[in-house]
Amino acid sequence: MLSPRTSGDLSEVVVPRRRPYAWREVGLAAALVLPNLILLALFTYRPLLDNIRLSFYHWNISSPRRTFIGFANYLEWFTARDTGTVVLNTLIFTVAAVLGSMVLGLALALLLDQKLFGRGAVRSMVFAPFVISGAAIGVAFQFVFDPTFGLIKDLLERIGIASPNFYQVPGWALFMVTVTYIWKNVGYVFVIYLAALQGRRAELDEAAEIDGTSAVRTFFRVVLPQLRPTTFFLSVTVLLNSLQVFDIINVMTRGGPLGTGTTTMVYQVYQETFVNSRAGYGAAVATIMFLVVLAITLVQVRLQDRQD
Amino acid sequence: MSITNRTDGTETTEPFELIGSDGRAGATGASGPAGAGTTGPQAAARTRRRTTPKPGERGTTGKMLGYLGILVTVAVIMVPLYFIVITSLKTRPDIYSDPITWWPNPLAPENYLYVQQEVAFLSYLRNSMIITGILVVVKVTLGVLTAYALAYLRFPGRNVIFILVIASLMVPNQITVISNYALVASLGWRNTFQGIILPLAGVAFGTFLMRNHFLSLPREIREAALMDGAGFGRTLFRVILPMSWPTVVAFTLITIVNEWNEYLWPFLMSDGAEVAPLPVGLTFLQNNEGLTNWGPVMAGTVLASLPILIVFLILQKQMIKGLTAGAVKG
Repeated sequence: MLSPRTSGDLSEVVVPRRRPYAWREVGLAAALVLPNLILLALFTYRPLLDNIRLSFYHWNISSPRRTFIGFANYLEWFTARDTGTVVLNTLIFTVAAVLGSMVLGLALALLLDQKLFGRGAVRSMVFAPFVISGAAIGVAFQFVFDPTFGLIKDLLERIGIASPNFYQVPGWALFMVTVTYIWKNVGYVFVIYLAALQGRRAELDEAAEIDGTSAVRTFFRVVLPQLRPTTFFLSVTVLLNSLQVFDIINVMTRGGPLGTGTTTMVYQVYQETFVNSRAGYGAAVATIMFLVVLAITLVQVRLQDRQD
Repeated sequence: MSITNRTDGTETTEPFELIGSDGRAGATGASGPAGAGTTGPQAAARTRRRTTPKPGERGTTGKMLGYLGILVTVAVIMVPLYFIVITSLKTRPDIYSDPITWWPNPLAPENYLYVQQEVAFLSYLRNSMIITGILVVVKVTLGVLTAYALAYLRFPGRNVIFILVIASLMVPNQITVISNYALVASLGWRNTFQGIILPLAGVAFGTFLMRNHFLSLPREIREAALMDGAGFGRTLFRVILPMSWPTVVAFTLITIVNEWNEYLWPFLMSDGAEVAPLPVGLTFLQNNEGLTNWGPVMAGTVLASLPILIVFLILQKQMIKGLTAGAVKG
């Protein structure tokens, strides 16, 4: 092994273990890293850039011919009548999914952190839907929400309420999709919050209790601040995940009713590209979506730095 | 070695009990020497917490509220699942009855037979197993190898490569599908396994998970192995991996769940039962039977969900460990 060199150079001081690369080590590293790196380059980074290029074309995905049209796809999207609906759907779905699963997930974690009989089984139960495929849950929940023979309709009728038409009224269809998404994914938020609760310093609770602080006050003054890093991590993760939902929407509503009732940006990318054969336009929507994801990530990194 | 044993030794019978400490160990990348150090005080803190009631836990009212919460939770999760299962066992007139019948009358297990006979359920199951199986082997292998290089080897561009791997986590599949579709279709690979598998085979999260774990192991152990003249293979298989099984298992389980449930890409790549996995097969089933024949559709849904649920019930602790690693910061 080479011994670390020292010199007056400042960079050498910052990185004290600097030594020349050993070619055998570099060769081994290349062999270990390259297969994965090539796959990521070919199927993640190449299409990411290619997507931007494609967004400047008029193009039917199944034909080799495409026409350069500059920013026309973007112009069209920003002026299209559907765009407002699609953006609003995306916003409503995302905000509702994030708030819903965060609040419920935290409540469940607090509940099942208590010493209650049977909590182990209930914990598994809460997490189980998260491992089932969104497609399967979407298909099944379509019938759960069936306005004439479904479970929800039956339960509502018992308390004297007529079931909304989840299939045909856009707002209710979006509600159905959102509830299904939260039902499936709340287990993830729950598990992460529970881990954070189990790992935090409980001494502070005791101190608060000795001071005679009420449970509610303790929660807001002691517990919630301690969970802040977890809350931050989860809100970004759940936000990015819910922005990308495709399976549940595809099997439950196909983006409808009335054409765009539950169409989110991701679903629009699919529909324009593969159903309406307008791949260039789809690529433009995908690029806009990527910019949104990028912006969220950059904000996250910035805030994270400040927090640390 | 002793460190791994100590971490494993703290496991309890309750699957969810230790995810806090385990998860943090993977996340901070400092559990190596610290791992042994943190288990003690943490365990102590936990027992201390047990003995003192927490807010909301004191008094019978709190307990009652707690059990009420559990009751509501169980109902919200189990009633829909129960409804789905009984619907899969109902005949058509029984399904379309108002109000709901809460027990199938007559019992119609033939829905399950119908799913196999009419929609080749077993083909989808086979395809799912092939796709998931290959992807798990490839991804876990690539993830471990990449992580090994990133954690232990010195080579030019190491930081850039690490950043490239991590940053690819932020690129949603939904944005890359258009270009990937065009590429794979031009190769004539639609409706082939390689067309489904290759674009999904790059590993970002697993690499991150394994690298953090490798960095948490004490450096001296690997250096000692190298001193003894052990090559890369021996070091990896005899020294590093034996200390890493819990993380590898967690990585594997998360990959199984993700690939088993993968939807958009296989949905775009397959037109029929030759290569489509279960979730896509379910969509075909739903399209064919529409809203008219819910019995078999529900039977298909139940069948498609069972394998992964069984895996989950057996290995939930390891699965949750992988999910919480990287998420919970100490």
